[in-house]
Amino acid sequence: MTEEERVAAAETRAPEEPGEAKPGGYAPSVAERLALYQRAGGVITPVLTALLAFLMGGVVVLASGANPLSTYRAIFDGTGLNWLFPWVSGADRSLAAINLQQTLLLTTPLILCGLAVAFAFRCGMFNIGGQGQYVVGSIMSVWVASAFVGMNGPLHIFLAVVVAAIAGGVWAGIAGLLKATVGAHEVISTIMLNWIAYWIGSWVFALGGPLQSKANGGSVPVSHDIQANTHLPVFWGDPLLQGLHVGFFIALGALVVYWVTLNRTTLGFSVRAVGFNPEAARYGGIAVPRNYFVAMAISGVFAGVAGAVDILGWEFRINVNDIQASQIGFIAIAVALLGRNTAIGTFLAALLFGALLNGTSTRHLDPAVFRPDLASNLTLLIQGLVVLFVGADVLVLWLWNQRRRLRLGRARRAAEAAPTA
Amino acid sequence: MRGALVEPAAPVLELRGITKRFPGIVANDRIDFDLYPGEVHALLGENGAGKSTLMNVLYGLYHPDEGEIRVGGEPLALGSPRDAIEHGIGMVHQHFMLIPVMTVAENVVLASEPTRGRVFLDYGEAVRRVEELSRRFGLAVDPRAKVESISVGQQQRVEILKALYRGADILILDEPTAVLTPQEAEELFAVIRSLTEQGKSVVFISHKLHEVLEIADRISVLRRGKLVETRPREGATEEGLARAMVGRDVLLRVDKKPAQPGPPLLQVEDLVVVDDRGLEAVRGVSFEVRAGEIVGIAGVDGNGQTELIDALTGLRHASSGRVVVDGRDITHATAKQALDAGVGHIPQDRQRRGLVLQFTLAENIGLHDFDREPVARFGWLRPRVLVERAARLLRQFDVRGGGPLTRAGALSGGNQQKVVLAREIERDPKVLVAGQPTRGLDVGAIEFVHRRLVEERDEGRAILLVSLELDEILSLSDRVFVMYEGRLVAEFGPGADEHEVGLAMTGGRAKEAVA
Repeated sequence: MTEEERVAAAETRAPEEPGEAKPGGYAPSVAERLALYQRAGGVITPVLTALLAFLMGGVVVLASGANPLSTYRAIFDGTGLNWLFPWVSGADRSLAAINLQQTLLLTTPLILCGLAVAFAFRCGMFNIGGQGQYVVGSIMSVWVASAFVGMNGPLHIFLAVVVAAIAGGVWAGIAGLLKATVGAHEVISTIMLNWIAYWIGSWVFALGGPLQSKANGGSVPVSHDIQANTHLPVFWGDPLLQGLHVGFFIALGALVVYWVTLNRTTLGFSVRAVGFNPEAARYGGIAVPRNYFVAMAISGVFAGVAGAVDILGWEFRINVNDIQASQIGFIAIAVALLGRNTAIGTFLAALLFGALLNGTSTRHLDPAVFRPDLASNLTLLIQGLVVLFVGADVLVLWLWNQRRRLRLGRARRAAEAAPTA
Repeated sequence: MRGALVEPAAPVLELRGITKRFPGIVANDRIDFDLYPGEVHALLGENGAGKSTLMNVLYGLYHPDEGEIRVGGEPLALGSPRDAIEHGIGMVHQHFMLIPVMTVAENVVLASEPTRGRVFLDYGEAVRRVEELSRRFGLAVDPRAKVESISVGQQQRVEILKALYRGADILILDEPTAVLTPQEAEELFAVIRSLTEQGKSVVFISHKLHEVLEIADRISVLRRGKLVETRPREGATEEGLARAMVGRDVLLRVDKKPAQPGPPLLQVEDLVVVDDRGLEAVRGVSFEVRAGEIVGIAGVDGNGQTELIDALTGLRHASSGRVVVDGRDITHATAKQALDAGVGHIPQDRQRRGLVLQFTLAENIGLHDFDREPVARFGWLRPRVLVERAARLLRQFDVRGGGPLTRAGALSGGNQQKVVLAREIERDPKVLVAGQPTRGLDVGAIEFVHRRLVEERDEGRAILLVSLELDEILSLSDRVFVMYEGRLVAEFGPGADEHEVGLAMTGGRAKEAVA
């Protein structure tokens, strides 16, 4: 830490312990930075973070020769969020409804995967493996839902979701177990598990793969279609036009489960204690390694369910390309970071990114306003900026304090100059 | 030597009307402070009284909202520590800022090295300059020794040398004796006297009253951001200074009856514990603590005390030996099993270990038993039980500055420690292991903790007090052991002589025979 950073850190602490600024630098751990971030700005920081990301996205749009305002306007209309405005009516309204259904369809797995990242965060771990857990959930659910012909529909759905949840839990649990037993860092192991899931998925549905569909003469690297009675019911919109399925409510329910588990159960208590201060947790008699394992496994359950919900809700089959192109688990990291690992924050951030993904998709955006191939990159750009800004929390706080010091310095100089003038 | 040449009446340093506000608090409220050449001016105050803030203002780390700093009569706008250094102000922090793998000379000249051809460090010249400085001010230290291989007292001298090397005429020493043995503290005072004889001025920050009375020429007392008094040492008393600091009469001596020891509750036999590096930190320690007595373990930091505490509380595995609590063998117990066997533990570092700072006080008080009745039922927390118990304990232990739903990090150190005490005592432990229970606390809070420990002793608990503060050990303990290099090298009864204990702490005396 430089002198200035120490001052900044001391100043942000000042209201709590004046004059107790501790000298001596240290590198803050993920959890400590998280705590700092949570204390620093309340709701304002994530909102600022998002605005800043959009602002810089706008600069890029401008640089590419388009008008940022009309681009964002077009993206907004593409998200379907204008459905919420009562003055939108007629054909606009039904189009907005369809768009909003698509947005929420994307929001659903983002909520679940966001929770997967957030839950691990609350235990002081960075789960980069949401993607892999999502993929194994998808693989298992497509397998269960396409097999067991003649099974009772709701039971079949339940089984597919549970198996996917377990698969996700096991997948993340491996990383948790490795951390708990041999201290392998979860960032490394979850990234490796992502690749294992990726290649397993690429193999089982590949030409000649064990789970590949033999329809079309076996010339397409795709899974079997899931049984018709395992499709999740659509409650809003046309089932044939990809309406919004009840998986959305599973995601909303998961938000409640997340909050209740963390705040109202003994399990959540120990997870949070370990996340904030593993040393104090250990001193308190909490088995820290066991919590690493359990928290990671639970985290994977959320992501596994996300995979099942996408398969049973609207994908109905899975293609090797889908597995290789999917980014849900990675966007979920930005969702959790922006949502500050709270239930409500994760919901809002998932909605934001779901809307962005849908609004910038080539399907919606008028090429006259902004080149659609650039538009989808805009989502990635904003996602990246969010992760960057959240990761740079210390920097943001430092800038904030610099600004304050500058202002104070100016005021003092003005006060000094006044008597002599 | 600038100071010695100006006429004696002119202060080298003047702070006039310094005000520093933080959101919701005035840390320094129109403080006047001055320093004359060759003077030791002590700054006394509880934690949070504004001492550190004032010195950080002086050192350029904070900008005052109001007020003026004059050095040698000239007004000064300090922008950074670099400005302060340029104006002859040097600061020795409580935690040293040295690079352990470099030599003393390298550390001293760091950032303004003598060079050869402006590129290469002229190491011989660096050593020569450091030797000259240390001779001149009586700061004996080997310039060629690696910092990691020298004692804490010597490291402090390196910090002072660093400040002198950069031309400091004004030295700010922030709680300099906190890390020293009594002997090392005496040596430091000799150094300070030699510095002031040669015209240097010293700001001495401390909360130890007898030291201030020994070394200071003048004493300023801060309380809640305000300057209470500035007075010469002549005529000052510990009682008077304590009253000025706290704002009420303080009981400085621990008031306790002779111990009425009962049966042994903690028995330790031939305990061997290795540290994180795999080295034996505790090498065959045996002792017992009986019900109704306080046994103190004195020693310089890093002689195995931490590992001993950890082994007793299930936080570290013992390699061999036995730990028995009230007849129950807990040598290989986990932290939870040790807690259940009746061990209470006030950890040495309440912020890193004793508390989850982001948790509420209610949650912190439930840290040991959140998963069992009555706080939990079938895996569900019962927040109301947690909060009601916390409210009762916070009242009982006079915790101020927050309620059950306040985050622990928002409390002052003294109140945080009261929360830890409340939790550990509420569990009704047979054995209470207290590691530096008053570290960093102010006079009022120290009084509270000490009184409470004696009360718990009289309740019939066995109390093991491990502390680096020799005063604390001597005033609280019924028996004292001295730990040196992993062994208990001496035992003293009540009324042990500070000097002899201090000698044993540095390994200077073989095992003392005690009845």
